[in-house]
Amino acid sequence: MTETCQYLNFKTEEEFPDLSKHNNHMAKVLTKEIYGKLRDKQTPSGFTLDDVIQTGVDNPGHPFIMTVGCVAGDEESYEVFKELFDPIISDRHGGYKPTDKHKTDLNFENLKGGDDLDPNYVLSSRVRTGRSVKGYTLPPHTSRGERRAIEKLSVEALTSLDGEFKGKYYPLKSMTDAEQEQLISDHFLFDKPVSPLLTCAGMARDWPDARGIWHNDNKTFLVWVNEEDHLRVISMQKGGNMREVFRRFCVGLQKIEEIFKKHNHGFMWNEHIGYVLTCPSNLGTGLRGGVHVKLPKLSTHAKFEEILTRLRLQKRGTGGVDTASVGGVFDISNADRLGSSEVQQVQLVVDGVKLMVEMEKKLEKGEAIDSMIPAQK
Amino acid sequence: MANSFTRLMSGRNAAVVLASLGAGTMATGFLMSENGTLAADTKKKLYPPSADFPDLRKHNNCMASALTPAIYAKLRDKLTPNNWTLDQCIQTGVDNPGHPFIKTVGCVAGDEESYEVFAELFDPVIKDRHNGYDPRTMKHPTDLDASKITHGMFDENYVLSSRVRTGRSIRGLSLPPACSRSERREVERVVVTALAGLKGDLAGRYYSLGEMTEQEQQQLIDDHFLFDKPVSPLLTCAFMARDWPDARGIWHNNEKTFLIWINEEDHTRVISMEKGGNMKRVFERFCRGLKQVEKLIQERGWEFMWNEHLGYILTCPSNLGTGLRAGVHVRLPKLSKDPRFSQILNNLRLQKRGTGGVDTAATGNVFDISNNDRLGKSEVELVQLLVDGVNYLIECEKRLEKGQDIKIPAPVPQFKK
Repeated sequence: MTETCQYLNFKTEEEFPDLSKHNNHMAKVLTKEIYGKLRDKQTPSGFTLDDVIQTGVDNPGHPFIMTVGCVAGDEESYEVFKELFDPIISDRHGGYKPTDKHKTDLNFENLKGGDDLDPNYVLSSRVRTGRSVKGYTLPPHTSRGERRAIEKLSVEALTSLDGEFKGKYYPLKSMTDAEQEQLISDHFLFDKPVSPLLTCAGMARDWPDARGIWHNDNKTFLVWVNEEDHLRVISMQKGGNMREVFRRFCVGLQKIEEIFKKHNHGFMWNEHIGYVLTCPSNLGTGLRGGVHVKLPKLSTHAKFEEILTRLRLQKRGTGGVDTASVGGVFDISNADRLGSSEVQQVQLVVDGVKLMVEMEKKLEKGEAIDSMIPAQK
Repeated sequence: MANSFTRLMSGRNAAVVLASLGAGTMATGFLMSENGTLAADTKKKLYPPSADFPDLRKHNNCMASALTPAIYAKLRDKLTPNNWTLDQCIQTGVDNPGHPFIKTVGCVAGDEESYEVFAELFDPVIKDRHNGYDPRTMKHPTDLDASKITHGMFDENYVLSSRVRTGRSIRGLSLPPACSRSERREVERVVVTALAGLKGDLAGRYYSLGEMTEQEQQQLIDDHFLFDKPVSPLLTCAFMARDWPDARGIWHNNEKTFLIWINEEDHTRVISMEKGGNMKRVFERFCRGLKQVEKLIQERGWEFMWNEHLGYILTCPSNLGTGLRAGVHVRLPKLSKDPRFSQILNNLRLQKRGTGGVDTAATGNVFDISNNDRLGKSEVELVQLLVDGVNYLIECEKRLEKGQDIKIPAPVPQFKK
């Protein structure tokens, strides 16, 4: 310490963020007491409480959704900063308790039906999840060396796949113009995050180093490397055969996981929070299964929101999380991530969408749908 | 950062030598414990500097020109006393390969010590940016005696406004890229307390960004005083927008001719300005105000960051030395269309910007003309250069109006040897 160096012992109150105008899960949970207790801790890789909450401090609120306002920098974050994460997890995931156990079920055969959604209404079907690779820190915290190691391992795993999963990797920093055009037309290309929710969490650092897209030749199975999570895995196709989408999703995931395990870098998972991902909102299954579906009449019905809530579904615009719907076409997906399994969540989507399409058809005929409104699932 | 003492103890700084593990291999299997955690020091061994060296092949900034794998390897694991790292210094340059109008610097300091701990990077960057200035051997002159300025009153048919700005950092507190919320609030407290002591034509008041009323905000916008949350990725990638608008604000005197920004890109930005061409008076107020503020903080045991090699220490290496940009908004309709315009500016050591500031192009025929240099010449020298240069430009404009020819002036000499 130099004489002029003011390593003032700033008190908790002096360091505590001003959250008076904030509306996110972190701001609702973080008290001076919790902050005081956790401010001097760090995970083994050096991630601190301030690192965890920076995105929530910098982004007071979001127009469409209640954001989480914090991220994990590594697997251990959820343990070291338990006092902050547990209540946020409970708020976000329907009262999930620190003692609760999460069930994982990637056996697609347990799904009932799902192969007969009416393609006149259901335009496309998609299931996505994320996976984190053990032994590395997460996107808010990774160094360039780590991110490249994750990429290397991921590419090795993915390029070893064959059959329906045979495909190719396109690194963001070296794809040709032609490849880029194609990926954009296929709606596969992800770009440098512009959302401050992500940039303030440090996830866009060093862009586009070690980021890329892998997809199978059939263009029905796609993996994003080093975007908001180590891996985002997506199975998709036009039409309403969610069963087939889910089958390919489960089979592909399990094949990939085997290869990572062989390299001693399995996926981060534990029996309390399931698959460990960067954002607490994606814990559990990390699964968002959804469809693009035409519901012009139902979406203007007074009970639309209520129906969605009871079916445990959410709506988004067809551009994704930060958009509004266009032309009566909605993105409908499961709202839950933690506390129910993959099969259960996709089942809710399949059953719920089937019901809503039937309601739409009834409304087209000028009939009432009140008797069809379901009980809370 | 308040917690740095705790962090210094946690081993991040101390861990260097482990038994050699065969550096560079990806065989992590046997190193991982059952649940797969890796301590920070083990991680360092797994990822030699070469694994982390940024890909700068598409980059064009001073940092990318200076940073070699050898320098990176030497500096990667070093920490300043505030736990600031090389990676943090260079993040903005890695994330922003280039800028359409200017060659950017591409690195920032997190604290005063950054310039010393990471000297092997900052010295060549400083040399590149400041015309060959060598911080190891050269000394920077500071001179805030405004009475020395001559011919500092411009023809107001051409010069619409005059302005001088600089920055000042409070010694002992981390800089905007690195500061914690409490440090930033301390900067605000120290400066606002001092400014409350200003009197006479300098007396004024403070407007906290987070607490100003709608009316106050509108007034500050109309006066062209209000600064907003940075949107430029050059700044956001350097972590300068964190916790916005906490502890940010604007202070100005009642006459609206002396203005201070708190906790934007530097601890403080100090601005003296007025309509018209009286640059001498603008500079005189600038010097007087700065000296008074300095006295007021010294009375409470604080001081500005300054040393004899780098002058005033600021966040961006481009602002070292004087941190001074003296400029005018000037009409040059004929001269600006003359193909020799750029060369003339160059030789006079001046730069042009649009009237919206650094990232804008000119509108109409009005240009922002200011000094290029910051380090190696004193405040008085730089303002005199600006004064002489602008007078010359006006002369050229007048000659062109009369259909006379103009001459490219001889280049202004660099540093005194």
